[in-house]
Amino acid sequence: MAVLSYFANPQRFMAVSRPLSLIFMALGVTLILFGGWLGLFVAPSDYRQGDAARIMFVHVPSAWLSMGVFAFMAGASFVSLVWRHALADVAAKSAAPIGAAFTLLCLVTGSIWGRPIWGTWWEWDGRMTSVLVLFFIYLGYIAVWASMETQEKAARAAAILCLVGVINLPIIKFSVDWWNTLHQPATFFTGDNNATDGFKYPMYVMALGYLSLFGGATLLNMRAEVMSRRAEAIAQRRARQG
Amino acid sequence: MIFSGAAATFIRELRLAWGGGGGAALPLGFFAAATSLTPLALGPAPDLLRAAGPGVLWIALALSSLLPMERMFQADLEDGTLDAYAGSGVALEGVALAKIAAHWLATGVPLALASPIFWVMLQGPVAAAPLVAASALIGGAAFFCFGAIGAALAAGIRRGGLLIALIAMPLYVPAMIFGAAAIYAAADGASWREPLMLTAAVALAAAAVAPFASAGALRAALD
Repeated sequence: MAVLSYFANPQRFMAVSRPLSLIFMALGVTLILFGGWLGLFVAPSDYRQGDAARIMFVHVPSAWLSMGVFAFMAGASFVSLVWRHALADVAAKSAAPIGAAFTLLCLVTGSIWGRPIWGTWWEWDGRMTSVLVLFFIYLGYIAVWASMETQEKAARAAAILCLVGVINLPIIKFSVDWWNTLHQPATFFTGDNNATDGFKYPMYVMALGYLSLFGGATLLNMRAEVMSRRAEAIAQRRARQG
Repeated sequence: MIFSGAAATFIRELRLAWGGGGGAALPLGFFAAATSLTPLALGPAPDLLRAAGPGVLWIALALSSLLPMERMFQADLEDGTLDAYAGSGVALEGVALAKIAAHWLATGVPLALASPIFWVMLQGPVAAAPLVAASALIGGAAFFCFGAIGAALAAGIRRGGLLIALIAMPLYVPAMIFGAAAIYAAADGASWREPLMLTAAVALAAAAVAPFASAGALRAALD
């Protein structure tokens, strides 16, 4: 909580976020370039899938982030609803388009990978379907922000939707899994080492790169949002003074 | 106090939902038209209709239950009724629950009772017809609860119907899967108990979340 209230001051946030966003962006680009080089040239090609498996270095981190960003938004929405934290709803709003982009990237790269490996562009299997549903939830969340008259109303409505979404995501996931499962089960973090080390390290480097890029892009979005709200407030004050 | 308020709200909402704007007739007409378009698109082959029928029925049911949502809270927000509710000391959660129950009773139950007719027209076995109505009754309750969350969020927006659909559709997924699975199983003579019980579980979870989420959204709209 101490950290939360420290950054509740938009003035302080603007001062700190400027260098921080640039550092995160630079770190993200560097890590993704390095991870891309590792994944394309250093990692061994898969003995069954050949070089097609290398798209996993883009696909898997974007899948992690698609869920991670939504969890981040849910946390920010909770803080925004409970403590009326000035920047929490800005954070959730700013993260949403980035999370949606990761989700879309995950779907598109999965589709490109599926064509040579499964022989189909799209398969209605459990995990693909639940990621698609997650993408629709992102779209609904962004639409709520876009369609409300005032920022305050939009913030509360979007926060409620985000929390309802996060309660329902496990139920949706369970139901879709129950419905159909063809996708290979989880490989990472399962305890038994299915992925080899040569495959793992580029993946972790890429995931860290994505995470930094997400942090940097979200901070940039937040700064833009804070500035546009300030500009709005100034314009309203001017209009009132005539 | 809260309960007496909720009961009065429920009776008022039931009268409005039933009497205002044609009541259940409009969604029923839409339901009939949507299911009747299916054979025209798929072709009249009985085997194909038998295979696609349960899915078509559930899509039509989900779309039909979205119809009353746009005016569910919006009308009361526009004419100040919600302000009166909020100022009278009645919990908005109770108001939301009463509204959901009333609209489900006025629209969801007639849709569920009509669904066996279209089930038989889509070549479904007559023996499974009671189960079709039961699953539509239970799944419809989940649709109305999740739809109400979307309706409350979009209450302050003009032409919010599309936003409600975009919000509610992802939330409809579990009820859609289990409800359709139950009647597919019944048509195949397989065990329909598990999917039907899971549909009921989803409906109960939705009923637990919807009043609080809707009331929170309404409070935001009233400020």
